[in-house]
Amino acid sequence: MIRSLRQRPWSDSLLALACTGAALLLAGIFFFLLWDLVRPGIGGLSWQFVSTLPAAAGRDGGIAPVIVSTLLILGVCLALSVPVALGTAIFLAQQQRGLPWAAWTRRSLDLLAAVPSVVFGLFGAVVFCELLGLGYSIAAGGLTLACMVLPFMIRAAEDGLRAVPREYHLAANALGLSQYRLLGAVILPAAAPALLAALVLAIARALAETAALLFTSGYVLRMPSSLFDSGRTLSVHIYDLAMNVNGGERNAYRSALVLLVLLLLINTATHTLSRCLSGKARI
Amino acid sequence: MHANPVADPAARFTGSNATGHSCAQSVPAADAAPALTLRDVTVAYHDRVVLRDVSLQLAVGRVTALLGPSGCGKSSLLQCCNRLSDLIDGCRVQGNIRVFGEDILAAACDLRRLRKRVGMIFQKANPFPLSIRRNIELPLIEHGVRDAQQRDHIMEKVLRDVGLWQEVRDRLQAPAQSLSGGQQQRLCIARALALAPDILLMDEPCSALDPIAGGRIEELIGELRGRYSIVLVTHNLFQARRVADDVALLWPMPDGSRLLEFAPRETIFSAPQHELTGLYLRGAMG
Repeated sequence: MIRSLRQRPWSDSLLALACTGAALLLAGIFFFLLWDLVRPGIGGLSWQFVSTLPAAAGRDGGIAPVIVSTLLILGVCLALSVPVALGTAIFLAQQQRGLPWAAWTRRSLDLLAAVPSVVFGLFGAVVFCELLGLGYSIAAGGLTLACMVLPFMIRAAEDGLRAVPREYHLAANALGLSQYRLLGAVILPAAAPALLAALVLAIARALAETAALLFTSGYVLRMPSSLFDSGRTLSVHIYDLAMNVNGGERNAYRSALVLLVLLLLINTATHTLSRCLSGKARI
Repeated sequence: MHANPVADPAARFTGSNATGHSCAQSVPAADAAPALTLRDVTVAYHDRVVLRDVSLQLAVGRVTALLGPSGCGKSSLLQCCNRLSDLIDGCRVQGNIRVFGEDILAAACDLRRLRKRVGMIFQKANPFPLSIRRNIELPLIEHGVRDAQQRDHIMEKVLRDVGLWQEVRDRLQAPAQSLSGGQQQRLCIARALALAPDILLMDEPCSALDPIAGGRIEELIGELRGRYSIVLVTHNLFQARRVADDVALLWPMPDGSRLLEFAPRETIFSAPQHELTGLYLRGAMG
């Protein structure tokens, strides 16, 4: 009479199958991509490749200056975007009553997030390179990237801050804690994993960017001597080797592999940090 | 530190013209300084009045149970007494509320000091996601206890007061969230006690706990009687009968809830003045 508990209606089985299938498909795409990179790239990938100067327009030699430029541009980008994003996210998350200009800020962020990166590149070329006189430089590229990742960073950070239970606000206010202490001692630590996730998201986008940087940081292959030098990031390097340099494919694949490893390292580092922060009660 | 309520004629207000129900009988000693005095307090959210003309006078060191059907504004009334109502969008409080004679609805009222004097315990235990130690330290640091030794001393004292010391003394660095629900609630009470408040507002502190953990909190309220003036919102009539010295009953009316009756426990349970009170307290209504 009673149907076995294990027996599921066919619609449930179909749903489970569809979801599992979608997940497997995605994993499959990732591994295919990885294999496609590793197969031609892994040969000849050595410490020497990441630590020496390129030769013959990148066909031969290593990618040391490219890695340095990438990290410098990322550094400039984060130095500007992290404080601005955190401040804006805190402001937006604190707004319970929805001030009109908080709504406007949100709307403009959503619009900015939808703007193609090449448009940010043109904006950066006009504002940072020309108006501010930075020219093709790591500084201009980093600032442009900062503008580009800000909308993502802010929305992700705001969501993280909003996810902190409202009870903490009530408890803190009932104890007469200042807003400053509530934020510093309770909310930010509680939201730290989400904030770090926002950071990783932004870093991934910044590292992946090519179009916006072609107009702003340029593609000079020298080792940069300052932030006002032009420099080429890994993504730009891959693009250049693949499109403009005959016989550059091998090093393009290797560079792509290095980019992937770099992303993986940053990802792991932030995850570990986030686990440490949330797992250990602060003393 | 406390303004002398005896010297302040307004603070001696006994609420006799309140809602037609004399409050004078409920004050055990008419000349004792009232801990909390509410006069014609009306609370509205936007245009909706939830409480109308509530007048109460709570004596020092007594436990007052605030009863009434769900949604009649008990929690709203509690939140006015430490101005947590300020945080609620569209909440307006009219009338006069005095804590030991000091007008707390005044614009000049120092909210930090008010919330130090009037502690609050919520229905759901809400320790910060920090260590047990840090939960008690944080408010102490905020209120200027700079000396770490003194903080440790206070921490031990309040944790002993709530009967938590033996259970947590060896793991003060553990996350507060690792405690059981009842322990978390006791930690929250300890955290409030650390600031040496005069008044404790408790908003259904046992209702989210199992009967044993809830019973422990109830015992604790009994132990705190006399040292703190306690306002206890509860739905549990048995609890009110067990721990309260005085009982106030709020009743919803079409134009906002009013104070139906306010009297010492024995009086209100055995000889309620109002027919509705008797029905409600017998469990026949509400």
